[in-house]
Amino acid sequence: MPARIDIAFRLNGVGKRASVAPETSALEMLREVIGLTGTKYGCGEGECGACTILVDGVTINACLMFAADCDGRDVMTIEGVNATPRGEALRRAFVEHGAVQCGFCTPGIMVQAWHLLESNPHADQATIQRGIEGNLCRCTGYKKIIEAVAAAEAVERGQTPVEQSREVQRG
Amino acid sequence: MTIERYCAPRTLDEALEILRAGPVSPFAGGTDLMPQSQAGRVRLAPVLMNLRRIEGMGGIAENDGVVRIGALTTMTQLMDSAVVRERLNILWQACDHFASDQLRNAGTLGGNICNASPAGDTLVPLLVLDARVELAQKPNGRIETRKLPLAEFLLGPGRTTRAPQELLSAIEIPLPAEGFYGAFFKLGTRPALDISAISIGLGALHDDGCLRSVRIAFGAVAPTAIRAARAEAELEGRLLDQDVIDAAVQAADTEIHPISDLRASGWYRREMVCNMLRRMLEDARSH
Ligand SMILES: Cc1cc2nc3c(=O)[nH]c(=O)nc-3n(C[C@H](O)[C@H](O)[C@H](O)COP(=O)(O)OP(=O)(O)OC[C@H]3O[C@@H](n4cnc5c(N)ncnc54)[C@H](O)[C@@H]3O)c2cc1C
Ligand code: FES
Ligand code: FES
Repeated sequence: MPARIDIAFRLNGVGKRASVAPETSALEMLREVIGLTGTKYGCGEGECGACTILVDGVTINACLMFAADCDGRDVMTIEGVNATPRGEALRRAFVEHGAVQCGFCTPGIMVQAWHLLESNPHADQATIQRGIEGNLCRCTGYKKIIEAVAAAEAVERGQTPVEQSREVQRG
Repeated sequence: MTIERYCAPRTLDEALEILRAGPVSPFAGGTDLMPQSQAGRVRLAPVLMNLRRIEGMGGIAENDGVVRIGALTTMTQLMDSAVVRERLNILWQACDHFASDQLRNAGTLGGNICNASPAGDTLVPLLVLDARVELAQKPNGRIETRKLPLAEFLLGPGRTTRAPQELLSAIEIPLPAEGFYGAFFKLGTRPALDISAISIGLGALHDDGCLRSVRIAFGAVAPTAIRAARAEAELEGRLLDQDVIDAAVQAADTEIHPISDLRASGWYRREMVCNMLRRMLEDARSH
């Protein structure tokens, strides 16, 4: 008889239970079993980063992780990231800087950028570029994404883009 | 593929007991096993065993001149380690070239070694560092371990001398002498998320214009990552001038057996190994 595994973990701060087949990926579980579809399926093999989630505070590709391995761990998806002050700042910065076109890569990049800014809130553009190298975007050319991530910290402090550009001019 | 059982043992003892009982697919980060099994390149055994909960199989500790790295250590943890950065810098460089942040957070050193890809990025620096692998099993009620040089562990693409009932428990690296110079080069088509078309590791001690304790390793130009003993011998203790560099490059040329595949042609791999080894030796001279 094919096995099913009952697991319990924290999902975006709330306790969650699920029953999964052993070969199921964490991505499939999130999207198909739990119904959280913010995390995207791009390639299914670790190349594109659209499925990026946080597990115990570090980012991983959900398509490469066995769902059963979520048992007992702390999982955060774009839905959880979005609800934090930093997530909100990132979202506003992405909109203000035109960093979203089709939007398919955006959840994965926001989660990865959130993780980067957690450890390094003042990351410069070169550091941001390296930090998101595991995330592909077919539309924007990355420039506006990198600018948006660099601006998110100021947005979080409550500055508008106009105030930021004044600061840059003064600086 | 029907998996009958999934388990996540908490101790090495428990894990080895499960392995003794029958065919098991162990995994750590799953970054090789998941895509390989989904693409049908690897058949999962009836028992799927998660190694990540095993206590005491991670961590980096230095003792009596030997650095012991638990098999579950991730690339990110290697990069965060002061002893890796300062004393085993060539391994740090390889981790820095590894895939992406997401994959460095998930992929483990033990998984990279047991996957035994000819292009596995940690294998080249580990060969340069004379690393040994420790394997554990529990044949008759007691845990038994054996240690062997990494070079003897690797047999071919995806093949090692690991017996089905064994786990890779740790990697041991003798601390190189103070001042040990290490350089890692990886050729890919872009900096991130690329499997090496070739890679080169060079380690040595500088001594008055000469290199000593020279160690050279190549990735992706033979069925396993390899040491280049003839090139090392050409360099050992000799003044590092143009003739000696030429001789070392010629020797290296005889030691590699590159194939053509979707990443590069055999001809290109050979050219790149020779040209980049030359450049690395010239860099080492001016270092
Ligand atoms: C998109 C992508 C990019 C990648 N880029 C790189 C790269 O740049 N460089 C590189 O070298 N690799 C790369 N890889 C390959 C992979 O990420 C690495 O080999 C990684 O180190 C594997 O570790 P893991 O813990 O995820 O292995 P797993 O998938 O968990 O295991 C790999 C194999 O080893 C076995 N195994 C694992 N641990 C043990 C143990 N302790 N004892 C016995 N057997 C064990 C498993 O049974 C399995 O067969 C990439 C993979 C992907 C998907
Ligand atoms: S869907 Fe996971 S990396 Fe592309
Ligand atoms: S906005 Fe379309 S892939 Fe990035």
